[in-house]
Amino acid sequence: MSTATVDTADPGIAPQPTRKVRSRAARPLLIMSLALIVFAFVRVLTGAQELTSDGTLSAAINSAIPLGLAGLGGLWSERAGVVNVGLEGMMILGTWGAGWAGSSYGVWYGLAVGIAMGAVGGLLHAVVTITFGVDQIVSGVAINLLGYGVCQFLSKLVFIDQPTQSPEIPSMQTFSLPWLPGALDKIVAHHWFFVSDLASVLHALVTDMPYFTVLAIALLPITYVILWRTAFGLRLRSCGEAPYAAETLGVNVYKYKYIAVVTSGALAGFGGAFLAIFSGIYREGQTGGKGFIGLAAMIFGNWRPGGLAAGAGLFGYTDALQARSDNGVHALLLVFAIGIGAYSIWLLYRRRLIPGAIGALAAVGLVLWYRSTDTLPQQLVYVTPYVTTLLVLSLASQRLRMPAADGLIYRKGQGK
Amino acid sequence: MGEHDTRRQIIGTAPAVELRGITKTFPGVIANHDVDITVRPGTVHAIVGENGAGKSTLMKTLYGMQRPDAGTIAIDGEIVTLGSPADAIARGVGMVHQHFQLADNLTVLENIVLGQEPTRRGLLGVAEARTRIVNLGEQYGLEVDPDTLVEVLGVGERQRVEILKVLYRGARILILDEPTSVLVPQEVTELFDALRGLKAEGLTVIFISHKLDEVLSVADEITVIRAGTTVATRLPSEVTARQLAELMVGSELPSPETRESTVTDIPVLTVSGLSLLNADGRALLTDISFTIHKGEVLGIAGVEGNGQAELVETIMGMRHASGGTVSLDGVDMTAWSTRRRREAGVGYIPEDRTRHGLLLEAPLWENRMLGHQTEVPNAKGLLIDAKGAKIDTKRIVKAYDVRTPSIDVAASALSGGNQQKLIVGREMSGTPQLLIAAHPTRGVDVGAQAVIWDLLRDARSKGLAVLLVSADLDELIGLSDTLQVILRGKIVASADPATVTPEDLGSAMTGAGAAA
Amino acid sequence: MRTKSWRLVLAAPVLALAFALAVTAIILAATGHPPLQVFSDMYSYGVQPDNLVLTLNKATTYYLAATAVAVGFRMNLFNIGVDGQYRVAAIIAASVAGVLHLAPILDVALVMIVAIAVGALWAGIAGLLKIKRGVSEVISTIMLNYIATGLTAYLLTPGRLAVPIAGSNNIGTRLIPPNGQVPGMSVIPGATTQVYGLIFLAAAVGVLYWFLLNRTVFGFDLRATGRSETAAVASGVNVKRMVLISMLISGGIAGMVSLPQLLGEAYTYSNDFPAGIGFTGISIALLGRNHPVGIALGALLWAFLDSSQIILDVSGVPKEIVTIMQGIAVLSVVIAYELVRRYGLVQQQRHVGEQLSRDAAEVAA
Repeated sequence: MSTATVDTADPGIAPQPTRKVRSRAARPLLIMSLALIVFAFVRVLTGAQELTSDGTLSAAINSAIPLGLAGLGGLWSERAGVVNVGLEGMMILGTWGAGWAGSSYGVWYGLAVGIAMGAVGGLLHAVVTITFGVDQIVSGVAINLLGYGVCQFLSKLVFIDQPTQSPEIPSMQTFSLPWLPGALDKIVAHHWFFVSDLASVLHALVTDMPYFTVLAIALLPITYVILWRTAFGLRLRSCGEAPYAAETLGVNVYKYKYIAVVTSGALAGFGGAFLAIFSGIYREGQTGGKGFIGLAAMIFGNWRPGGLAAGAGLFGYTDALQARSDNGVHALLLVFAIGIGAYSIWLLYRRRLIPGAIGALAAVGLVLWYRSTDTLPQQLVYVTPYVTTLLVLSLASQRLRMPAADGLIYRKGQGK
Repeated sequence: MGEHDTRRQIIGTAPAVELRGITKTFPGVIANHDVDITVRPGTVHAIVGENGAGKSTLMKTLYGMQRPDAGTIAIDGEIVTLGSPADAIARGVGMVHQHFQLADNLTVLENIVLGQEPTRRGLLGVAEARTRIVNLGEQYGLEVDPDTLVEVLGVGERQRVEILKVLYRGARILILDEPTSVLVPQEVTELFDALRGLKAEGLTVIFISHKLDEVLSVADEITVIRAGTTVATRLPSEVTARQLAELMVGSELPSPETRESTVTDIPVLTVSGLSLLNADGRALLTDISFTIHKGEVLGIAGVEGNGQAELVETIMGMRHASGGTVSLDGVDMTAWSTRRRREAGVGYIPEDRTRHGLLLEAPLWENRMLGHQTEVPNAKGLLIDAKGAKIDTKRIVKAYDVRTPSIDVAASALSGGNQQKLIVGREMSGTPQLLIAAHPTRGVDVGAQAVIWDLLRDARSKGLAVLLVSADLDELIGLSDTLQVILRGKIVASADPATVTPEDLGSAMTGAGAAA
Repeated sequence: MRTKSWRLVLAAPVLALAFALAVTAIILAATGHPPLQVFSDMYSYGVQPDNLVLTLNKATTYYLAATAVAVGFRMNLFNIGVDGQYRVAAIIAASVAGVLHLAPILDVALVMIVAIAVGALWAGIAGLLKIKRGVSEVISTIMLNYIATGLTAYLLTPGRLAVPIAGSNNIGTRLIPPNGQVPGMSVIPGATTQVYGLIFLAAAVGVLYWFLLNRTVFGFDLRATGRSETAAVASGVNVKRMVLISMLISGGIAGMVSLPQLLGEAYTYSNDFPAGIGFTGISIALLGRNHPVGIALGALLWAFLDSSQIILDVSGVPKEIVTIMQGIAVLSVVIAYELVRRYGLVQQQRHVGEQLSRDAAEVAA
């Protein structure tokens, strides 16, 4: 067969594969740097130092980690073709497990039990969706309700006096690099454009890190290596792309899906345990939708670890900012204005006049809102991460590509 | 039966594959019973039978995807139990599936090594795999770049990847299930060359088909399956295509020949300058123009994936043209919705009936409404008329010979041929002016095929205009009054079905030469 | 064949509920509470007249929420945001009702329209995001729930929509005057409380839902989209429009969720107005298999469990055991439905195959 005939058989819908792979890897870094530049710019403009202070940034990292862990959970599950909206419920189980075991036996036990309880939630999701073939979203929603109920019930049984929270969990040991933080501090103090902001990010990364934070961050590259560089990972991903093809090659699709979904639950449980241990206590409703935001971060990250990290960082940042600084959230209005403004200019450039004009109006509106107020009401500050999630998804969703068999029910031997 | 005993040649080695008394039933259906086949090593053994005769079930059994209810499988003289494809692979059996089993979003290399990955310190041994794939490709003339994503490959290349997958696993016995159904004649020739190469290397090939000319040209031995069981084994030198057809269906195969022309000069569908871009701005269709008149069948020939599906969907209003116009009866309908087009008298037999033509879990009478849910007899104003729809479904079931015990069963309970007859009957109801028929006889049995061809011919003689898209060149040439060849979203040639040969058409479809 | 499949349809939820009950009994026994005693306590408490009224009233609210969810479910659209939709609608509708002084029935009708419109608009955001920007409605409706929480808290502050409530230190929207109230009915003998007048609203919504789905072309389009989106598109359904319309309908019904309680009992929207009914609605829609009658049975069962669980804390059993039972019931019911569905399809295939081979044999003979 000559190459000429091969080319003609190609309908011309094909993207360029090699270029795509490279830009995919670089994109999250690019997005993060761009975001940092915008934030630095707004900080200088508004004087809201909290926007990139190392306090905010280390809070952002701590906020981002549970989101990132939930997102990693989503990644494992969805790469094997199982949509997991039950992450929130599994995370709740993780917070409770960490609260109970952490306060009774110590922090490491708390972490282990939190992970284990999340994994049990994952196992339930696996049984319902993989063995019984129930719709994955239905099962996830049911698991969220069940996780909530189970934890309330267990709290009543175990934390008798105060059934909505656990006793105190001891804190985890931390470590810092020797001299680097001091040096970075000096740079930050100068409030130089971008340089100080970058130093701030680094400072947050090397100071007072609890060990499980390090562990959690390490799970990101570990996941990448397992899923994209090992035979196991290739088989797992093939179950999310073309399970019937995998079946014809002797891959036990059920097994890999089970492993993926249980791991997914364990990671969500880790995320929950992190939340509880970091706060030093389990409280009812502690997750506050972080499982869902983690899932959104993974979607935003196009079902890849790097993108997921960028998404978790972004959502974690807005979460941290709203918790720390009203002033900062107020300045965030300008950041949104710049983001939406830039996007609408691009739209106008592409001659999509109506959406472009709406975007431009929204950007102007945000600027006016910023100019006419000094602060935002607390209740609206609270919604920042959720609004950010919606805004970011609505800008990003159309460019995304999920695993081809994600969400589809697989029954052995029923392929075409 | 018992003929294979006399045919059996006494040679030193055991048969590569020996099936004895294989029986397999599904709920309500006997797919195979008492199947006996002996395949000699180092030969190409063809298994022929019409759609629904049980060939694919048999091969799935041999490949470990289904367990037989009774009977034995022997490979290289040893009786084996195949519980999964992994067992079959371990025994040196490999299968190239009719529907390609490839993951689009993975690379060629990943698709090939999946399940049998070389590893190096726990990680994928990519370099090692790449070398092996390139070497295999060179050895058997099946070259593909291991690092491209499968989604960018054309049909021929995908098939090469499928064969490489099997060879990579060290298979000595290859099963090819209807491998030529998506290939043009030139590609078929190349595939057969590759098969002869495999045979020369001592491999055994089991070749499943219902195309008798191809079977006669490539096979060393032919086994015929009819209604789930083996009826004869023949040598190609001793049998004609006609005799094989009689063994297969008990009579001569129906032919799609159309007799006298009924073409008028009244245009029904006029497509002019039609273009379509995808979301990234790449052209899927470019400047397509043609006219179909009352009583005319216009056939579109092309290698699959060259824009046929997009053309059909654009004419149906399921995709929005980025340029050009589509008019029905002189009225510009480019801006119309799909529903309005259907209401104006456009019938549609979709390419993939289970995805686009049916609600599999809904009863037949609701499927009768599908696509015509706003029209009499299915609706009265904004309300549905279940009674009217049920009565009309009974009419269709009777008139179009849809074999079903009742109109309340789910569409998924019917065979492919009966589902297709229901769709054809539905789309012919309400006297359409234009019928868009995409692969109208794909995957249906010979009886249904003949019925559908007759229906198309009758409707044409009553003045229906038909746009026919098909991969079956005999069907295209036999039924069409005019032929257009589509390549990469453009009409590149037209041909007269009275004079053109399948080979000429195949050349035009690949851009290798112009048709007559 | 039809009667057999009906028996199957009923057997599935009954067996699943029995399973949930059994698991609950095991948990109770394991935590040192005699299950039979607990169940009989719950039953005898639940059937007291006042509690039956409570059950009916809760079921009215749940029925509306579940129907709102079911509209989406029927076309594979997951409106997880009923919770936010009814809360935003409730505070706005309550505020409007608090200032209306026109005429008795007119006031109620206007408030109803406001509630429906607000619920529909809030849901419409998710609908628009899905069809214009491709954002999954699962994520967007969940985010909108949290945003609704922030928004209602923002609106429910003095100086905005809230005023102090007389006789308590709580704040709420302005009290709804008698013109805007819907009187209750004393239908349960011996009860001191009344059944919400708007129970008829729930019934009417159920009938309309059934009619819309099963008797109109729109309903056919909606069900077709749920069964196979690709086939629906080919049949001429404008799926994007369907998504938006069903989201608006779903949100509109969600907007009504708060009305029975708001206009029949509370007369103000305050911080202690029940939250989380949207999620209850999801569970009940699943239990009732999106069928108007099934949902009604599910809502009654759920409401009965909710009102009879109050006795448990008195007797020292954590009342959350009921939540666990409900959760297990939902999961086992969806599993049972799926198994029955698959079994039914296989049965039908077998039936068709046998019938045809019998016919063929007769022809041959």
